[in-house]
Amino acid sequence: MSYLIETILSGLLAGVMYSLVALGFVLIFKASQIFNFAQGVLCLFAALTLASLMLGNTPFSELLHTLGLPNDWMPVVPIWIAVPITILVMIGLAFVIERFVLRYLVNQEPIILFMATIGLAYVLEGMGDLMWGSDVKPLSVGLPEGALDWMFDRFDIYVDKLEIAAAVVATVLVIALSLFSQYTRIGRALRAVADDHQAALSVGISLRTIWIIVWSIAGFVALVAGTMWGAKSGVQFSLSLIALKALPVLILGGFTSIPGAILGGLIIGVGEKLAELYAGPYIGGAIENWFAYVLALAFLLVRPQGLFGERIIERV
Amino acid sequence: MGSEQPAAIVAVSNIEVVYNHVILVLKGVSLEVPEGGVVALLGANGAGKTTTLKAISHLLRAERGEVTKGTIAFHGEILAEETPNDLVQRGVIQVMEGRHCFEHLTVEENLLTGAYTRRDGAKAIARDLEMVYSYFPRLKERRTSQAGYTSGGEQQMTAIGRALMSRPRLILLDEPSMGLAPQLVEQIFEIVKKINVDEGVSILLAEQNTNVALRYADYGYILENGRVVMDGSAESLRQNEDVKEFYLGMSDKGRKNFRDVRSYRRRKRWLG
Repeated sequence: MSYLIETILSGLLAGVMYSLVALGFVLIFKASQIFNFAQGVLCLFAALTLASLMLGNTPFSELLHTLGLPNDWMPVVPIWIAVPITILVMIGLAFVIERFVLRYLVNQEPIILFMATIGLAYVLEGMGDLMWGSDVKPLSVGLPEGALDWMFDRFDIYVDKLEIAAAVVATVLVIALSLFSQYTRIGRALRAVADDHQAALSVGISLRTIWIIVWSIAGFVALVAGTMWGAKSGVQFSLSLIALKALPVLILGGFTSIPGAILGGLIIGVGEKLAELYAGPYIGGAIENWFAYVLALAFLLVRPQGLFGERIIERV
Repeated sequence: MGSEQPAAIVAVSNIEVVYNHVILVLKGVSLEVPEGGVVALLGANGAGKTTTLKAISHLLRAERGEVTKGTIAFHGEILAEETPNDLVQRGVIQVMEGRHCFEHLTVEENLLTGAYTRRDGAKAIARDLEMVYSYFPRLKERRTSQAGYTSGGEQQMTAIGRALMSRPRLILLDEPSMGLAPQLVEQIFEIVKKINVDEGVSILLAEQNTNVALRYADYGYILENGRVVMDGSAESLRQNEDVKEFYLGMSDKGRKNFRDVRSYRRRKRWLG
């Protein structure tokens, strides 16, 4: 019994991680109908920047070395400075993306924008490599780690403190985001743009500003997600592949729903752990790797808009 | 009109509009809206009414349209590079055809988005919200409903109210009668006229419903095929035989069958 609970709990907590990645997708998709393939790379890039700053790595050190320039001048940055710097970097990135990519693709088909984000993903990945190197970096942001002792002692259940912390952080983030979108002027504008681009333009909402804001927020969410993943398993380039796991999460939860992203992540997290536990012995292991996609496929057949996707309002 | 009325809030002179670099939609349209006036832009489907309004509000560029010739002056000032939000800040706002409410926002949130560009504080915005509710009491009852679930008339009211929240000097109103019951159309025009009189907002109105439009407007332009073919005071247009025949569907000989009408190519020459 305790093993089952442990499985469910660890599934839930892994799900939180998926949810965090999916959250970034949802934000951008809502505001611009862009399926941002680069969201996973954004997570990677943010975590990479944060980890490297904290390790005192010099950006472009290989390149500087090749050019014969000094490449060892970065001090180790304490976390309370490194985090704001990383946030600034992500905001700067949002500016650059709007200025050099999105601006020229306004009014293009969604598929074209999607292709652009694929390109963006590779550019960013290469950029991350060029700036910080491709080695696995440890990232320790001072989150608690190890088993939660009293759970272990009393119920004989192993729960990692880090995963609890991730759940708390995700909850706080979601609450903050929903308060922001519900009660602020910018938040309202974001929802307005999500509903009707043209009407938003007509009332004087600048799409450019909104896009920068939304990509900045997505960058921030990516930082949080990247930090969590990085703290768990080190910052490595395979992080960007986790983004693919966010896809079934989105199909489950609905592309336009923040609660959907969270719940979708949890369902996938628990689902794949349980599938591994119960079905694994019969049909072979590694179910965890594909279970999410099968679940997503089933969902597409039954409820294509996802659990919480916005239904198309039809007046009768 | 023209020179004897210098206070034109917007003066469009001889504009050409091209979509996608190839499709010529407007072929030299000129018109003026005097400060505080209600001007109607009339014509059939595809005559270029919406394009004219979008050229004025600068929403054209978002649809890959472009003003290739001519000028649009606001109070004598030509603005070419301004974005739609600059224009909203300058008091020019368009209410788009088909209402375009934000479906998943409540009616009140819809109205508040209209105040997005304003920087004069929450108090002034709250006051204007009450002002909008006083024009459209129905919206106050529906303030917490999702706009997507309100009726067509309520959505039209929301769209007009939303524009009003930006404290406009000129509202470009595109086809407010679309899809509404005649009684409701009358009611909406009644309120638009009231807004015009009470708030001193100028209105440029694109309408297919010539009959209603000419009863509430002071002046009218008739567009055909991207050109202005006739203009004059609303009164004179209402009395005009051609307008009666082709746009109001009546003539001296009583109602006429449209099959009998061969073609309508009598064009008025504009500006000499």
